[in-house]
Amino acid sequence: MKIAVQGLNFYYGQKRALEDISVQLPSNLVSAFIGPSGCGKTTFLRTLNRMNDLIPGTRVEGTVHIDGINVYDPSLDVVGLRRRVGMVFQKSNPFPKSIFDNVAYGLRINGLSANRADLTDRVEQSLRSAALWEEVKDRLSEPALSLSGGQQQRLCIARALAVKPKVLLMDEPASALDPIATQRIEELIYVLKKDYTIVIVTHNMQQAARVSDYTAFFWLGRLVEYARTDRIFTAPAEKLTEDYVTGRFG
Amino acid sequence: MERAAPHFQEELELLTSRLLEMGGLAEERVRRSVHGLADRDLDEIHTVLVGDEPVNQLHIEIDNRCFRLLALHQPMAADLRAILAAVKINTDLERVGDLAVNIAEATQRYRAHPPVKKLIDIPRMAEIAQAMLRDALDAFVRRDIGLAQRVLNADDQLDTLKTQVFRELLTYMLQDPATIEPSLDLILVSRHLERIGDHATNVAEDVIFMVSARDVRHHAGDLAADPLAGA
Repeated sequence: MKIAVQGLNFYYGQKRALEDISVQLPSNLVSAFIGPSGCGKTTFLRTLNRMNDLIPGTRVEGTVHIDGINVYDPSLDVVGLRRRVGMVFQKSNPFPKSIFDNVAYGLRINGLSANRADLTDRVEQSLRSAALWEEVKDRLSEPALSLSGGQQQRLCIARALAVKPKVLLMDEPASALDPIATQRIEELIYVLKKDYTIVIVTHNMQQAARVSDYTAFFWLGRLVEYARTDRIFTAPAEKLTEDYVTGRFG
Repeated sequence: MERAAPHFQEELELLTSRLLEMGGLAEERVRRSVHGLADRDLDEIHTVLVGDEPVNQLHIEIDNRCFRLLALHQPMAADLRAILAAVKINTDLERVGDLAVNIAEATQRYRAHPPVKKLIDIPRMAEIAQAMLRDALDAFVRRDIGLAQRVLNADDQLDTLKTQVFRELLTYMLQDPATIEPSLDLILVSRHLERIGDHATNVAEDVIFMVSARDVRHHAGDLAADPLAGA
């Protein structure tokens, strides 16, 4: 079991955004989080690598363990945590640097490559893993912002993969992309799960159904149901889940 | 909870009502063919023999509706199960319509001979098969798993009666070769009635699947527990 969450509560000031969440997300599989806007799925995703620490006035109760390590241990190196638990956002956010430098960035600041040749190798490897290498290998020094939206998103995935994370968190990674670029991201997710544990937040239920092995349905800050994806979309155990996936909701 | 996107819900309700219409037609045709046999009523037989077209048209229309709903709405969970069940029930009902024609044809041939015997078990089979079909369709409308289960239980009686009919007619055929042809037609009728019961059983199984996600075919167990078992 890669990620184990126990009794997690999360507060924005006085407001409780997550209520008593306990769940175990398995290794090398894709877990998708679905639910209506404001249900807490993104907040929950961000508790897994302490991205919420950056928001003032927030508070966490309960525990999150990743590979047995307590994520909220006060002595934990948060930068190291975020290296192990990489993240890709809804809107691709490449640095205003070259394609090469975007992927090399994390390697450089973390001192992860021994020399120039090693750096070049790891950049190539990451771009290959993100299924972008063939499209950019002849233009590595061009600005990342010259890439298409779908390419930029795959570049961000390459950037996240470069520092060799164990877990990849994806917050609606394809919601701003056209169907073809979306399909490429989905195929990438399918390939990447061999090496990474992937957690994806998506508004698109069909996407959750296509890419994930397990699906979690969130509602009003609660985790209503977490089960195999085929079960959630064919025969969910909870009435609330059934109502949501069949579109009979509020 | 609010309802689903209304147009999808409307389409789903329309699908259900068309399927019931199909069920009604199939039931009616079985009733007429059986009546034609028992009462030697030529008009009934004729009606069944020439009247298959509406069933065939509905068969195609319902399949198209299901196909379109799946493609355009990508339904999930209960809605997905309802549409899959509709596709299968549709096929079963169309087969029931065909079997009614088969019974009518056998009856027509049977009438060319003097009656072999007074019919007792075949009308009983007809009653049971029709009741199973009616109950299966009622279970579908009311989403009644208990009633669907009773349909499954009734199937054994039909099998027993079919065997009984066969044995009895065999003795007639052995005694008098002139009864062979009409006896074979009666055996065929009993076989068709038994098949109608099988289709009613399929419908009942689909109702259970639709309502509870349990796959009771061939003792398959619980779909929810392991949807890909045996895949």
